[in-house]
Amino acid sequence: MAQRLNKPISGVRSLLRDERFWQIAFQVIVAIAVFATFSYLFGNLSSNLRRQGTEFSFGFLQNPAGFAIGENMLGYELQDSYAKVIQAGIVNSLRLIFVSIITATIVGIAAGVASFSDNWLLFQISRVYVGLVRNVPLLLQLLFWYLAVFLAIPNEANQIVLPSANTVWLVANNRNLSLPGPGLPGEVWVALMLLGLALLLLGLLWNSINKFRYGRFAAGVAGWLERLGAAAVIAAVLVVDYFLLFSNSPEDMLFFKGAVIALFTNPEGLWIVGLAVAAVAIFVVWRMRLKAMVEAGSDGKLLQGVMIAIAIAAIAILLFAFNWNTPQISERGQASGGLEMSMSYVGSVTALTFYTGAFIAEIVRAGIQSVSRGQWEAARSVGLTNDKAMRLVVFPQSLRVLIPPLNSEFANLAKNSSLAFAVGYPELYNLANTTFNQTGKPIEVFLMMMATYLSLNLLISLNMNQLNKAVQFKER
Amino acid sequence: MTTTSSRPIERGAPRARQTGPIAWTKKHLFNSPFNSVLTVVLGGLILYVLYSLLSWAFVQAPWAVVTENFAQYMVGLYPSEFYWRVWVIFALVLSLAGVSWGILARNQKQLFSKPVLIGFGIAALLLVILPMTRPHLVYSLGSLVLLGLGAIAGQALGRKSSKAPQLISAGWFISYFVVLYLLGGDNFTASLLYTVLFQVGLGLLAGWLLSSRLSVPVLTQWLGRLALLAVGFVLGYYILGNVLFPILVSGLGLSYTFFLVLMAAVGILLGIAMVLTFSEPDTLEGVGKAALFLIGFVAVYALMGLLPASLGLEFGLERVRTTSWGGLSLTLFLAISGIALCFPAGVSLALGRQSKLPLIRLFSVAYIELVRGVPLISILFMGQVLIPLFLPEGMRPDPVVRAIIGLTIFSAAYLAENVRAGLQSIPRGQSEAAQSLGLNKPLTMALIVLPQALKTAIPAIVGQFISLFQDTTLLGIVGLLELLGMTRSLLADPNYLGDYAPAYVFIGGIYWVFCYGMSYGSRQVEEALNTDLR
Repeated sequence: MAQRLNKPISGVRSLLRDERFWQIAFQVIVAIAVFATFSYLFGNLSSNLRRQGTEFSFGFLQNPAGFAIGENMLGYELQDSYAKVIQAGIVNSLRLIFVSIITATIVGIAAGVASFSDNWLLFQISRVYVGLVRNVPLLLQLLFWYLAVFLAIPNEANQIVLPSANTVWLVANNRNLSLPGPGLPGEVWVALMLLGLALLLLGLLWNSINKFRYGRFAAGVAGWLERLGAAAVIAAVLVVDYFLLFSNSPEDMLFFKGAVIALFTNPEGLWIVGLAVAAVAIFVVWRMRLKAMVEAGSDGKLLQGVMIAIAIAAIAILLFAFNWNTPQISERGQASGGLEMSMSYVGSVTALTFYTGAFIAEIVRAGIQSVSRGQWEAARSVGLTNDKAMRLVVFPQSLRVLIPPLNSEFANLAKNSSLAFAVGYPELYNLANTTFNQTGKPIEVFLMMMATYLSLNLLISLNMNQLNKAVQFKER
Repeated sequence: MTTTSSRPIERGAPRARQTGPIAWTKKHLFNSPFNSVLTVVLGGLILYVLYSLLSWAFVQAPWAVVTENFAQYMVGLYPSEFYWRVWVIFALVLSLAGVSWGILARNQKQLFSKPVLIGFGIAALLLVILPMTRPHLVYSLGSLVLLGLGAIAGQALGRKSSKAPQLISAGWFISYFVVLYLLGGDNFTASLLYTVLFQVGLGLLAGWLLSSRLSVPVLTQWLGRLALLAVGFVLGYYILGNVLFPILVSGLGLSYTFFLVLMAAVGILLGIAMVLTFSEPDTLEGVGKAALFLIGFVAVYALMGLLPASLGLEFGLERVRTTSWGGLSLTLFLAISGIALCFPAGVSLALGRQSKLPLIRLFSVAYIELVRGVPLISILFMGQVLIPLFLPEGMRPDPVVRAIIGLTIFSAAYLAENVRAGLQSIPRGQSEAAQSLGLNKPLTMALIVLPQALKTAIPAIVGQFISLFQDTTLLGIVGLLELLGMTRSLLADPNYLGDYAPAYVFIGGIYWVFCYGMSYGSRQVEEALNTDLR
């Protein structure tokens, strides 16, 4: 202090006027308060648990659960363990989340783009849809779709069969909906989801590897902590991915076949591998062709032909290798074959799709509005029609603004999927709740559920962040 | 795209702009072949949907599930002999709303403009026409009149007194506790309303009077010394004693009496040290005033707490347990309590996350990210199960309280993110300017940065409030009989078997009106507060 003071200030008092002292003191006080609160709460918890005669342990996971699950893809049976129950719940949740994210994105983009239509009716429909759906609670919509719409469909004796009794494409009754679809074994469906998860995890891995590659670490101790964290993430991802891809025995408490194992032990799985190879091959050839055209000035006809040939082969695989079939109706009226879905699943997907779709529509609208007017005008002035200007010029540019809010919307969808339990769909929350009711282990069940949803959200947001980085302006 | 060049260039004056319905139709519905087809298809579809909706609503729908149970939708299982209390609450809230509206619109010439009058007319008409509101016509129309009268009174008050906004805020604050008391009843002197009004309110008044009006400088300074002595003694005797007890007594085997004497001596020495350190008259007077305030507050608080029992005062409304609360009134109560509690929590968390202090930031980030990562339903359901587990034996808060705690824990994390976005949008120049004027960090935050941040965050905050309002539905599946829970239990009645559609459409309409109203209101506030130069 260059200022002259009238009286010299003693040591203690100068300390009291020092901002740094108060900063540290404040933090110490808050830390003590937080610590005291937690120790009080956990002290109560342990004495309460002791009084109830239970203790904190995950041992119950090996006990037989003994309750039935309406639909599951892991082949769960009545006497299987709680660990399997939880995993069946996770798989069911993933099935709901994956499908709803795709359908909600389609509905949302369609409604968002429609709000820029020059057709007044389409514009109004989009506005009414968004204004109606966003202002009514999701749970209410879910119950409405399930109870008032899908349960109102006649029962099996009078089920709806479309288009006619001879050529059956759609069978709907108040329990199930059957549509034409590929006849893949349950194992392969699960393998596809696991593969999706494993790939999402690899996105996380990539992020951490890049940190090492480019040395993006802070200086000093913080940097070493970050290095440790990144290394831990890489190790964890590798371990989890190993289990997702290669686990093959129920001894490690995992009741699904790893994705790679399942794909290579099923004929349909092998064809899926073939499809993936074809996709990679097309990508590689495309890059080669681009290089040849840019660098050597070739016309690329030959490589184009190769690409088309691979594509035809892939389409042939898609059409003929997957046992596409339509629902068949037995003499007793039961539908089988094709894609079978329970009505609680259909209701949950519908509600999540339309609810999240309305929010995505608003995000898309804001994103499109953020593209400057000049882009529209320039596109129109080079002769593009309204639709083409939107499709080729404006919408691609709006993607950049779109991704961060979409990220949180997807995370919301993942969390909202837990509401499907209100209509009896056996997703993670539903089964965790039953497990808790039967075992009386609230803390353990809550921790498992929290860990699952947290990691799922983390996965979604990290991958979306990665995507966000990829589409941002590269400022140099 | 060769079409552009094929059209001949027109010369001469521009064509007259076409107006009128036909031109409008042509421009907006049939401007291209594709659009024409789209219009025809969509138009047909809309007509079909509208027709089936109307025929459903007026012919097929079994509305009995709504009309016969209207009271249950509004107040749940509240005993019917106490419906008058709900009416009093309704009238109170509407008059307060009227007064607030009048104060907000104090600068408008005409309070009852055309759209407002039409709105009143429609509301009154609906009340008369709808079969379920007709039995209570006197009360409901009377409340509507109160709204109008309140608005006139509010405008007059707003024009006369500049303190009107603060007054009405205080009115809303107190009315929350009045509503709570009216809903729950119980002995008046044991109620929260009594505590707030007569213990805390009068206590604060007494403290303020004592410290600012009745203090004599010399006496206050002496009181300050005494207070410092007491604080030092407490610090030394209790806090240091608690820390040293295990070491000195359990560890070194000191006798307990000697330990007490030792700690008392340490306490007295610490007190004297504090008195000697803070010897400036200003400091002493400040401490003395704080002590006076505390003395006044505690004395009145305790006195008012003991008074009723010693006088044998026992009067009040009959108790209505929260298990009989329900319907829309419970939904609103939960939402408003949640909003009121999560707002300060959310703002503090946002400040914590933006703070430069690493520990505070760590705690805030951990809380926000943990809570945002899990579904609300798990927080609510486990809140019902886990909260009693974390509390001492025998302490089981009311389910409604647990629900509010769950909602608040959840919403605070989301609100914090909205406020953080607002805080980040304020340029650093603002806080630098404030600091160069000599404001310290807390004042800069409270007076300069936060108000601007909150203003920019209004749309997001209201969005969060709307979703909190919608989230109250989840309590319906946790066992509370709020609007959705009540509907579900009504639909379980065999008389209304399968009548899901009308019931859900009806409460869906209620939710829609409230949510849309909130977002409309937020847009109005946003415009009113918009200070951008346009």
